[in-house]
Amino acid sequence: MPQNEYIEQHIKQHGRRLDHEERKRKKEAREGHRIAKDAQTLKGWRAKQFAKKRYSEKVAMKKKIKAHQESKVNGPATPKEDDGEALPTYLLDRQTNNTAKAISSSIKQKRLEKADKFSVPLPKVRGISEEEMFKVIKTGKSKHKSWKRMITKHTFVGEGFTRRPVKMERIIRPAALRQKKANVTHPELGVTVFLPILGVKKNPQSPMYTQLGVLTKGTIIEVNVSELGLVTAGGKVVWGKYAQITNEPDRDGCVNAVLLV
Amino acid sequence: MATVIPPPSKKQKKEAQKVQEVNLIPDDLPNVLIKFQASDTGESVGGSIRVPGGITEKQLEELLNQLHGDIDEPVPYTFALLNKTIDDKSETGSLVDIKDNLYSSVLQPGIKTTEDFLTLVYTPRAVFKVKAITRSNAAIAGHGSTILCCQFAPNDSGRMCSGAGDSTARIWDCNTQTPLYTLSGHTNWVLCVAYSPCGTMIATGSMDNTVRLWDTDTGKPLGKALTGHSKWVSSLTWEPLHLVKPGEKPRLATSSKDGTVKVWDSTRRVCLLTMSGHTNAVSCVKWSGSNIIYSASHDKTIKAWDISAQGKCIQTLKSHAHWVNHLSISTDYVLRKGGFDHTSTKVSSKKLSMEELRAKALEQYEKVAKVGGVISERLVTASDDFTMYFWEPLKSSKPVCRMTGHQKLVNHVSFSPDGRYIVSSSFDNSIKIWDGLKGVFVGTLRGHVAPVYQTAWSADNRLLVSCSKDTTLKVWDIRTRKLSVDLPGHSDEVYAVDWSMDGKRVASGGKDKMVRLWSH
Repeated sequence: MPQNEYIEQHIKQHGRRLDHEERKRKKEAREGHRIAKDAQTLKGWRAKQFAKKRYSEKVAMKKKIKAHQESKVNGPATPKEDDGEALPTYLLDRQTNNTAKAISSSIKQKRLEKADKFSVPLPKVRGISEEEMFKVIKTGKSKHKSWKRMITKHTFVGEGFTRRPVKMERIIRPAALRQKKANVTHPELGVTVFLPILGVKKNPQSPMYTQLGVLTKGTIIEVNVSELGLVTAGGKVVWGKYAQITNEPDRDGCVNAVLLV
Repeated sequence: MATVIPPPSKKQKKEAQKVQEVNLIPDDLPNVLIKFQASDTGESVGGSIRVPGGITEKQLEELLNQLHGDIDEPVPYTFALLNKTIDDKSETGSLVDIKDNLYSSVLQPGIKTTEDFLTLVYTPRAVFKVKAITRSNAAIAGHGSTILCCQFAPNDSGRMCSGAGDSTARIWDCNTQTPLYTLSGHTNWVLCVAYSPCGTMIATGSMDNTVRLWDTDTGKPLGKALTGHSKWVSSLTWEPLHLVKPGEKPRLATSSKDGTVKVWDSTRRVCLLTMSGHTNAVSCVKWSGSNIIYSASHDKTIKAWDISAQGKCIQTLKSHAHWVNHLSISTDYVLRKGGFDHTSTKVSSKKLSMEELRAKALEQYEKVAKVGGVISERLVTASDDFTMYFWEPLKSSKPVCRMTGHQKLVNHVSFSPDGRYIVSSSFDNSIKIWDGLKGVFVGTLRGHVAPVYQTAWSADNRLLVSCSKDTTLKVWDIRTRKLSVDLPGHSDEVYAVDWSMDGKRVASGGKDKMVRLWSH
């Protein structure tokens, strides 16, 4: 909490005065008197400011009252704004959709559908720089070569993966940061199950990270949901399903994800 | 690279080599016996006459004028053959128009032989001729939004009123092509405008559920808005001038989306009658010359209200299978015209008293309304079910005939000023012409490339102008059934079109916010 918010802090700790509500009500009730007094006694610049504010308030109020009265008696006083869609009587009840309009609306609809298809719980993620992602490993007898990189984030490596010979391995995925399972939450059922990861579908940071199987916040992973017993419309058991990672695995040491349904 | 037209096929080549028929009248054509019969009264003139089989229309006209005895001032006529077979039970047979000469239109197609006795029905053509409009005089900006309706004054072709989406109606001076008055008062779109048949008042109906009356000379409102409708006003119609009681002003009938039709007193500005029988929005209302109001509704029915019996519903016409969009009475044009005609100007119309106007209106009305000596008003209704029905509502509640052919909904129908033809404009891009006495199909006018919204007749029945979504106006020749002039100019859909009473001008307006005036 910032240093200057000591009043709020005090209220939080000790509560308000017992007669706070009553004092507030009374003060509000006397507001009219205060304004009247100000109007009479204020001098100079402050009086000018006060008068200006008061004038604009009154104008707004009068306009509002007038509009209300007129709408009750004979409808809106001013002609309707022209929206360029006036139609003769013989076309009024027809669904004559303008061709250009129809096309544009269909395009919009398509875009919306497309966006829907790819809409995920976490649409935006924080960008991660290469410096943060990779640690440079110096090699060579006098440690003057620096072509090796080590990934500092958690990764998923497929089953039966064998590291390349150390001499050639450019990017190292540390064994300690490898994840095989994720805590996947079903958003509708509200249950969380520890499910094996099948693969990394997409890492929003970069296609290279997708290839490397880096697990960061927002990454779409495929999980094995056979444990959940989900069934397709056709009656088959669903095996793999997509989920999105909701935490930063390198901060928590585990992978939490939400199932995309 | 330009596209090369494919070479003609063998069939086409053979066709081209064939001897082409020339419309020549053979020399050895015998004489035929004919009889002239008036179309309105049914009287026959001059008994049976022996004429050459190849007699032209011009010669027939001369002959008839001689029989009538008006050689100094010959009246132009159109002739049609009364094609009545013996087994035809109905009193009147179908009519076959005679174009150019008797041989090519009757004898050559084999409708009748030279042995037969021919009855020719004649209709006087309008003595004046309207020239087809060919150019745009002016595009006048002024309205701030889409123009939804426009109408010329009956007494003066120099005045035109248009209603728009900017909540105003404007009166324009067409002689100088300038705005004259702005009629502001409505708070929402002005959907319909109508000049009274006496030419002194304008009524405007709006989206804000009100109707307002305005003075045509000063552009000032006549009293406050007429309130009463609970939804927007869809259509307006004035009482025909010959029905107005002496010393009174014509009454106004309005229809609304709320399903009611109201009759208003235009002097005291109060609602006199409310006719609420429709169960859905009323789309169109027309006041006929026999003091009956016809209303077409989205509840698929057309109702006839007798105003002389305090608005009693005397007929409900049910046949349509979908919304009824528009209706037209055979005397529409003459009722709108009131006591004026094509020669009326602002100065001459001022000189006439109300009594004179009323007498003239009655005379003009009877001239158009009488068929075979009896007043008969025909009704045609256009619907969303792609068909139209032809009614004689005072004789029967059953339709006379069903007019099919359109492939999309029919938006607008109108009788020609003399009641001889009906045109229907449809969203299938076509306009169809129908016979105005029997409802028989006559022809199709194709040319628009988008839905046709409205049509307007020239006062002499010879020409028709149509407005469409394809941003053009087109002038059609009714006689040849061909496009006469194509009038591009608007930059967006054209919603409203009207032809002035003297035929000199056409006004149109639409989505591009410009009022355009057209002339020859």
